[in-house]
Amino acid sequence: MSERVTAWLRAKAPAVLLPVGTTVLAFAIGGLVVAATGHNPIDAYKAIFNGTGLNYLLPWTSSEDKDFAALNLQQTLILTAPLMLTALAVALPFKCGMFNIGGQGQYVVGIVAAIVVGSHGASLSTPVHLTLSVTAAALAGAVWGGIAGAMKAAVGAHEVISTIMLNWIAIYGAQYLFELNGPLQGPLPDVPQSAEVTDSSKLPAVWGVLQPLHAGIFLALAALVVYAILINRTVFGYEVRAVGHSADAARYGGIPVARSYMATLAIGGAFAGLAGACDVLGWEFHIVTNDIAVSQVGFIGIAVALLGRNSAIGIAFAALLFGGLQVGTSSRALDPSVFPPQLAGNLAVIIQGLIILFIGAQLLLVYAWRARRRGEAEPPPTTLVEPISA
Amino acid sequence: MTALDRIPRGARGVAILGIVVGLVGLELALPPLQVQAAAVPVVLGLGAAACAIWALTRDERKLGLWTLFVAIVATAFAIWVQGKSDTSTSLVVNSGLFAATLVYATPLAYAALGGIFCERSGVVNIGLEGMMLTGAFFGIWGTVWGGSWVIGVAVAMVAGAVVALVHAVFAIHLRADQIVTGTAINFLAVGVTGYAFIDIYGSNGTPASIDSVPNVHLPAVESIPGIGGVFGSLNLMIWIVFGLLILTQVILFRTPIGLRIRSVGEHPRAADTVGIPVYRIRYICVILSGVLAALGGAYLSVGFVGSFGQNMTAGRGFIALAAVIFGKWRPYGAFGACLLFGFASGLADRLQSVAGVSPNLLNTLPYVLTLIALVGLVGRSRPPAADGQPYVKG
Repeated sequence: MSERVTAWLRAKAPAVLLPVGTTVLAFAIGGLVVAATGHNPIDAYKAIFNGTGLNYLLPWTSSEDKDFAALNLQQTLILTAPLMLTALAVALPFKCGMFNIGGQGQYVVGIVAAIVVGSHGASLSTPVHLTLSVTAAALAGAVWGGIAGAMKAAVGAHEVISTIMLNWIAIYGAQYLFELNGPLQGPLPDVPQSAEVTDSSKLPAVWGVLQPLHAGIFLALAALVVYAILINRTVFGYEVRAVGHSADAARYGGIPVARSYMATLAIGGAFAGLAGACDVLGWEFHIVTNDIAVSQVGFIGIAVALLGRNSAIGIAFAALLFGGLQVGTSSRALDPSVFPPQLAGNLAVIIQGLIILFIGAQLLLVYAWRARRRGEAEPPPTTLVEPISA
Repeated sequence: MTALDRIPRGARGVAILGIVVGLVGLELALPPLQVQAAAVPVVLGLGAAACAIWALTRDERKLGLWTLFVAIVATAFAIWVQGKSDTSTSLVVNSGLFAATLVYATPLAYAALGGIFCERSGVVNIGLEGMMLTGAFFGIWGTVWGGSWVIGVAVAMVAGAVVALVHAVFAIHLRADQIVTGTAINFLAVGVTGYAFIDIYGSNGTPASIDSVPNVHLPAVESIPGIGGVFGSLNLMIWIVFGLLILTQVILFRTPIGLRIRSVGEHPRAADTVGIPVYRIRYICVILSGVLAALGGAYLSVGFVGSFGQNMTAGRGFIALAAVIFGKWRPYGAFGACLLFGFASGLADRLQSVAGVSPNLLNTLPYVLTLIALVGLVGRSRPPAADGQPYVKG
């Protein structure tokens, strides 16, 4: 029994230890930055942690503090849901050997579709209207991802480049739609923003009053379950993983490689589109033109997927970490007398960048760890996706 | 080889002639000439289209399609312009538009040249955006610290080199995934420059008056009508990018060093076999790309705007990346793409101020064109064979 436990631990250790170790290292370097600029890193991190609202879960938090912590935790969970979904938009194509950088664009077209459908049809009943709005967002994301997939399947255009281009087309396109005199500008004549979605298409609140946690978190958790089943328990998932390991071998084995490319990017895009639906139907209810280019949800999803090692459970925890980091460093939650929120927001971006950087070379660490035991030398290249030119 | 031998002949020459004819038709309809007879651009456009068909039927498919494209767009645009009043057209189309084109194209061109070096040596660089942003911040910081734009630009170059070195170490030695590392660079640049900006300058922003890169006044050129308004008083860093463009083309395609860079990017194993130091060349090229991208950023902050704002590059690094791909990893091609994208930005600016037309739709142009180029409708873009592949020494 104990032998089996040790064997299990040894097999699973890299999957848990490396992300945790990477995160600790990134926070440590971030702490050095904080210390170098004349602030106390321990106080700063403590204030950021309290800002996330996660102290709500600690037994020794007093009941007065808990009220405030609950507000922050609701916001953290509100931001965690779309991050889980945009991470899935990266993770699924990853399993197929592709890097979808287009989560941001797919998220934006999801927002546009959710607003278009959600702001019309107020006479519909809530279940119907909500379902239609959410479906429209997922479909729009699927189309946006599917374009990159189709280009890859048809002429081999590399998805990294096409999805970067599609991101900016979506961002500028959405700005065009909702700007002053734009075709989809809302009813306020001098305000460059979209119309409000109607009450019948809003996701129901589940916890809190001021800005309550909405049901989008369950949508995201359901998507994680769907993803896990799709990848691990279906023929489609098997084919996707086979293509991810070696497209040539999969093709030789009779797996429709082109279809796998298109389907994974389309489904990934649908996840990102759902993230857009979460935000716009859950708590924002409209979009301001200037906020479109500022949003980073899709890009942070890349960091979440990398840190979560593309597993459903890993993504859930990584999304909570980054969602919390965003709320904890925001001006509404962080005590400015301890650490200025403007600095903290940038610190969060530094930590995200460091985590991505270290994860990029992470397989190397695994190898070094094993090689030390076996006495091997040269680590293999850690290319996660096929090279641009292939 | 005499100069005369280099003039393209046959179908290729006809296609180029068609492009020239089509553009002449457009030029005649624009200020200062403003020929109002619709027959002029139509006749010239038909001539251009005839050239295109001639070229297309004689196996000059790619260039012929371009000629056809120019013939249709130029003629349609010329006729549209003729329908407008004299004053509104001359407000939009004047020498200032072409000067603005150069201003917008320059930061892109610096970064694109960097991208070409990097990718030609076989390292993908989607961190160009972050390297530009780093250059933009440290250019200002160095200028304030040293009191001179020369120091600012030098500091920007060093900062760009340091960021690129991070990319190089992870991509070349640690063989991390280059796209992941590039993404990390973009995050880090936003975070580090944003943090330093707030920490050093606070909410007041960078100092209002700083020593900025001077314009080069050429009195002799300034007096020439038309051309004078474009080239008479350009920023020094615009002239430098012209020089770097020619230098890059010569180095890559006319020198042994360029041959080595390209061979490392196409087939590192073969290059290694004949004794070319693959790692060293890749390191040099990646660092060079950081220096060039940072120069582009420094032009933006120290040369053009005169201040720094958080995330001020706003995706220009990705437009430069698009220009590299659209220009097929060639300096002249990429520069042409930068000019086209810069023209779109300049036009968008003017249409907004004169006619109230939103710039957002025109801003999608670089990305849409690059997607079209990727699909291969007008000549497929193909990267160097080993682009993105880490090399393991045998």
